[in-house]
Amino acid sequence: MSAFQHVEQHQKESEEQPLMSVRNLTKLYAPSKGFSNVSFDIYPGEVLGIVGESGSGKSTLLKSLSGRLSPDSGSIIYVKGTGSDQIAQLESLYEMAESQRRQLLRTEWGVVHQHPMDGLRSRVSAGGNIGERLMAVGQRHYGDIRDQASKWLTDVEIPLDRIDDMPTTFSGGMQQRLQIARNLVTHPKLIFMDEPTGGLDVSVQAKLLDLLRGLVTELELAVIIVTHDLAVARLLAHRLMVMRHSEVVETGLTDQVLDDPQHPYTQLLVSSVLQN
Amino acid sequence: MKLKQEQVAQAQKVSGYNYGYLDEQTKRMIRRALLKAVAIPGYQVPFGGREMPMPYGWGTGGVQVTAAIIGLTDTLKVIDQGADDTTNAVSIREFFKSVADASTTEKTLDASIIQTRHRIPEVTLKKGQILVYQVPIPEPLRFIEPRETETRKMHALREYGIMHVKLYEDVARFGHIAISYGYPVFVNGRYIMDPSPIPKFDNPKMDNMAALQLFGAGREKRIYAIPPFTNVKSLDFDDYPFEVQEWDQACAICGAEDTFLDEVVMDDNGNHMFVCSDTDYCGERQQKQELVVQENEQ
Repeated sequence: MSAFQHVEQHQKESEEQPLMSVRNLTKLYAPSKGFSNVSFDIYPGEVLGIVGESGSGKSTLLKSLSGRLSPDSGSIIYVKGTGSDQIAQLESLYEMAESQRRQLLRTEWGVVHQHPMDGLRSRVSAGGNIGERLMAVGQRHYGDIRDQASKWLTDVEIPLDRIDDMPTTFSGGMQQRLQIARNLVTHPKLIFMDEPTGGLDVSVQAKLLDLLRGLVTELELAVIIVTHDLAVARLLAHRLMVMRHSEVVETGLTDQVLDDPQHPYTQLLVSSVLQN
Repeated sequence: MKLKQEQVAQAQKVSGYNYGYLDEQTKRMIRRALLKAVAIPGYQVPFGGREMPMPYGWGTGGVQVTAAIIGLTDTLKVIDQGADDTTNAVSIREFFKSVADASTTEKTLDASIIQTRHRIPEVTLKKGQILVYQVPIPEPLRFIEPRETETRKMHALREYGIMHVKLYEDVARFGHIAISYGYPVFVNGRYIMDPSPIPKFDNPKMDNMAALQLFGAGREKRIYAIPPFTNVKSLDFDDYPFEVQEWDQACAICGAEDTFLDEVVMDDNGNHMFVCSDTDYCGERQQKQELVVQENEQ
C-alpha cells in the first residue's frame, strides 16, 4: 500500500488526519549510520520525542523529516495549508519542487537548532531576526513587522529594550528563546527541535521547557523533538520513539515507554538516568 | 613642436593586438554572455573574464564589455564619478583610442557607448545608446549571505526576504534606509540586482530607460544587463518609501538645482563648494548661460 493510499484510507476511517505521515523512511551513509525503516504519523498539536544515544541517527532523521536531507527511500506525506483545503494539498515532501519545500520551511514549519547561532543571523538585530520570516513571505510594512517582533520578544520573555541588540550579545538561554520566537512568528504548524535545551544550565532549561510547554498548548503546535535527555522527553513529549543503531527499537506513549520499557536498550536507557 | 606631437602620437599606436584589444574568440564569448544577460534582465551571467592591462577595481569588467561591443562607427564616452577628466576616465578613453581607433567624445548625447563608473549622466539617454557600468561586487545579497552557492539558490528560487532584513536593520538603527549608493533594485519583477555603486539619486533613471544598460564585473567575472524600457524598482517599505538625496543649495558653477552635487574642498580653511558631478552637463549649462550673456550684450 502506498503512503498516499494509506493516508486516504485513514481519512475515511476517522475525522482527524495526520499532519505528517512517514513510511519506511531510510537514509544510510553506511550500515547502521543514519536511519532505516522509520514509519510514524504525527497529528496536529502532538509532541513526538525521538530519544537515543549519540550516533543513533536522531539528528539525521530530523534533518530528513524537515526537508533538508533527501532520504534513500521511503516517503513523507505532509498536509499543506489549513482547514478545508487540506485534503487537496496533500504533498509528498521529496516530490515537490525545492522552492516549495523551502517555502514550507519558512512558513508552516520551524527548525530550532541545538546551537542557537546556527538558526540565527549573528549580524542582524533581534528584531530583524524575528522579522526575517515575515519579510520572506512578503510583508513590506516596517511598523507592522516591528510590532510583531516586539510582541514575540515579550512572549518569549526577552526585555523589549534588547530589540535592536545583536543576538551575539545575548546569553545562551536568551539566544535559544530568540530562535524559538523567530520560528514561531509565521504561526507554523510543525516545529522540529534538535536538543533545544542542550548546553543550558538546569534553571534556564526549566524556564525554557516551561515556555515551550506553554507555547505548544497555546498554539496547538505539532513538535518533533530530538533529545538524549529523558527528563526533557518526559516533560514535553506525548509519544516517544527510541532509536538505536539507526533503527527504531521501541515506540509508544511517553509514560508507557519510560515506566515500562520493553526493549533491552530502552531498559538500559531508562535505568541509566540518575535516581534520587 | 608639431613634429614632436606627431612622434608621441605614433609612439602611442600599439601593434600586435587584435582590434579592441581582446581576441575574437573572447569577444564572441562575452557577446554570448551579453545576449543571455539581455534575455534575462538582472540575472548575473558568468563569463570567462580575461586579464586586462589594468588592475582589478579599475574597470576591467566594463572595459571587457566595451571591447566586445565597440566598432569603427561607435563614439565612446567614458566617465568616472560623472567626470570626463579624471584619471580612470582619461586612461580608458585613451586605451580605446589606441586599440580600437575609437572616436571619442565628452558630449553625452553624441556618444553611442558610454562607459561609466559610479554615475548615470544627468541628460536623459536616448534609444540606441549603450551605457556600460563598471561593477565591483555584482552580488547584492553578498553582505547578508556570504555563501555564493546559497545566494545563487536564493536568486533562482526568488527568496528575497533577506534583502528587506537589511533595510529593516537600517530603519531600526538610523530611522531611515541608510543606503546611499549601490541601492538594490528589483528588475522586471524577477531579480534583485546591484546597480553598481551609483548614488541612489540615479536609481530612478534606470527605470524604463531608453538606452541599453550593460554591467561588467571583471574580478567576479559576471555580466548582467537591463534591456531598454525595463521596469526597475528600488526596494523599500510601505511606510518608509524610497527617496533620493536632496541638497539645500544649487551647483556653485552652473546653478543647476536638480543634479547630483559633489562637495569640493577649496582650501585649508574649511571652505568648500558644491558642484555638479556630471562635468559635461555642467559645461553645457555654463556655455548656454554665457551665450545668453553674449546675446544680451548684442
